Amino acid sequence: MGAEFVQFSLTPILIGTFAAIACALPGNFLILRRQALIGDAISHVVLPGIVVAFLITGIVAAIPMLLGAAGAAIVAVILIEAIRRLGNIEPGAAMGVVFTTMFAAGVLILEQTDTSRVHLDVEHALMGNLESLVWFRAEGWHSLLDPAALATLPDELGRIAVACAIIVALTLVFWRWLKIATFDEGFAQALGIPAAALGFGLVVTAAIAAVAAFDAVGSIIVIAMFICPPAAARLMTNRLEHQIWWSVAFATLSAVLGYVFAGYGPLWFGGENAVSAAGMIAAVSGVILGLACLYGPHRGRVGVGKEEAAA
Amino acid sequence: MTAFLDALLLQAGYNAALVAIGAGLLGFAAGSSGTFLFLRKRALVSDAVAHATLPGVGLAFILMVALGGDGRSLIGLLAGSAVTAWIGLLLIEWIARRTRLAEDAAIGAVLGVFFGLGIVLLTVIQAMSAGRQAGLESFLLGSTAGMLFQDAVVIAVGGTLAVLATWLLRRPMTLVAFDSDYAAAIGYDVRRIDLLMMGLVMAVSVIGLKLVGLILIVAMLIIPPVTARFWTDRSNRVIWIAGGVGGAAGYLGAVLSASAPDLPTGPIIVLVAAAIFVVSLLFAPERGVLAAVLRHRRFQARVHRRQGLLALAAQHLIREPYTLRLLAREGLVRPDGVPTEAGRAQAAKIARDERRWAVAREIHQDAGLTGRYDGLTPIEEVFTTDEIAEFDRRLGPPVPVNPAVGDA
Repeated sequence: MGAEFVQFSLTPILIGTFAAIACALPGNFLILRRQALIGDAISHVVLPGIVVAFLITGIVAAIPMLLGAAGAAIVAVILIEAIRRLGNIEPGAAMGVVFTTMFAAGVLILEQTDTSRVHLDVEHALMGNLESLVWFRAEGWHSLLDPAALATLPDELGRIAVACAIIVALTLVFWRWLKIATFDEGFAQALGIPAAALGFGLVVTAAIAAVAAFDAVGSIIVIAMFICPPAAARLMTNRLEHQIWWSVAFATLSAVLGYVFAGYGPLWFGGENAVSAAGMIAAVSGVILGLACLYGPHRGRVGVGKEEAAA
Repeated sequence: MTAFLDALLLQAGYNAALVAIGAGLLGFAAGSSGTFLFLRKRALVSDAVAHATLPGVGLAFILMVALGGDGRSLIGLLAGSAVTAWIGLLLIEWIARRTRLAEDAAIGAVLGVFFGLGIVLLTVIQAMSAGRQAGLESFLLGSTAGMLFQDAVVIAVGGTLAVLATWLLRRPMTLVAFDSDYAAAIGYDVRRIDLLMMGLVMAVSVIGLKLVGLILIVAMLIIPPVTARFWTDRSNRVIWIAGGVGGAAGYLGAVLSASAPDLPTGPIIVLVAAAIFVVSLLFAPERGVLAAVLRHRRFQARVHRRQGLLALAAQHLIREPYTLRLLAREGLVRPDGVPTEAGRAQAAKIARDERRWAVAREIHQDAGLTGRYDGLTPIEEVFTTDEIAEFDRRLGPPVPVNPAVGDA
């Protein structure tokens, strides 16, 4: 736990943790509103958004790409809603149509443009690259106090920390509205809360989380971060406040354990190479959800008898 | 263009022809077997199933290499992917049934976690000495380069079996999709039929992995049934239309991608399917957007015409421009709003219709008939001549229409 840890593991663990928390917070509300798969749709359309942003600006820079991805997420949400209403199609199928089409368009544009000179490929977008986000200049814990070394921290850390802070702030500011609108939309409207705008805002927030986390963990694993920690938390408690805390704890646990297992796990079994940290984080969050499904104190459905649940 | 025609007529070389036929067959199988999942409102289960194939591919490769084999045998990899996809399916079903989590959460969780596991296994394989050229990444987005005759046979046989199974099981699956409680009440095992439905989708995902990849196979399972739904209200026709749409998209997409460089097959197939979907969404009879707009316009015109004529009968001036245009076009009013002879006659007729309806609603007991009064339906369409004669008797003798305002 010395210099090497600070240099190679500290920043990826922090980035993974921030990403997991940023996704888990909106995920809580998405799960309760039965919109969990919006996260799925958003994470798929991040790729075309980034590709189009690259086409327009011609540079691989963080801000245009974040904007492109967020724009794609908003376009996707509008298209899903339009198809759902115009075609009278159930939301799941409308989502399936929209995000697969946009993803296909993204892959096509990517193949059509000369992206060999830029660091932009499909597999990277899907799998993420947490391991590469190391802090080269760090020489030990004391580097945390050294301004010159701190200046060389990976940009991703700053971005995801800011995104995470924004999402925490939004959750706190809109807490009462979110809580009321999530459980009783009609009551929320009667109180004058703009429930529809709030729902759209929630989706946009989820998109911001997905895009910011995408840098580090890739687009598909974002889905696991949206759903697994909040879903596991849902099985632990009946109070929203407690559920949020549980989900943050589970998200942190998944990120830390996932990174440690990915980086050091293979060494314990005699392997030499680390495995994908993003994939391992998703797997650990899945294990946590599995344990919650088996042993969570509030796992049962209300109204299901013990015998039926045991069958 | 000639390259496109060559490819369309399977003249662009052995590999291109093989890919086009394979993609067409796969599209047909995916479209028809995805139908019931869509009708059951669980289209996105296929997304989870497709992503859950990835760890199976990795495990099968590792297992085959450990047993001293090549590791790249397609049948072995597909068998592995089928196993994990099936486990994923059972987990979704288990989570949704046993815990309070909704099905969408279960789908998302299985999708993300299995895909994560798959990525972990891929990185393990990259580190293996045999894994450097494994090329398993091609399962993500599919690859048609180097498609073998054997691969086409796998698709043809597997696809035919899937379509056949869909056709044979269409009755129980239709019942479960539209009214699962009724299906359970008459003795079907709903859970088993649901699993069968998802199992079919899983089988198609597995055979399509190599060609279009696990992320885009979802599109071939969802877009064709959604498209087909615009064209018919009968479930057994949806199966075939979805198959046709999927087959056409697969064939045309493969042909397009063969006719120019840098056109990856999987995405092109999906985009062709999406184009067919958009055309259907806009132009399908009955359920299309254009049809809905026309229906709305016709209704609007009827309301305005009727209200305009009632206004003429009551000797009110019509100031609303749309109504004026409408009546002027039929020659019922002059452009300045003064009714013509024909307009006065029509107005009198409509006014009489209104009065007859008023009597009918007062004296007639059958709410099913009087309830059809919507201010638009002529009374002759609802009541018999005898009944109308009775209404007229109560109304008294006809009164002449007063001369219009403009003539006074």
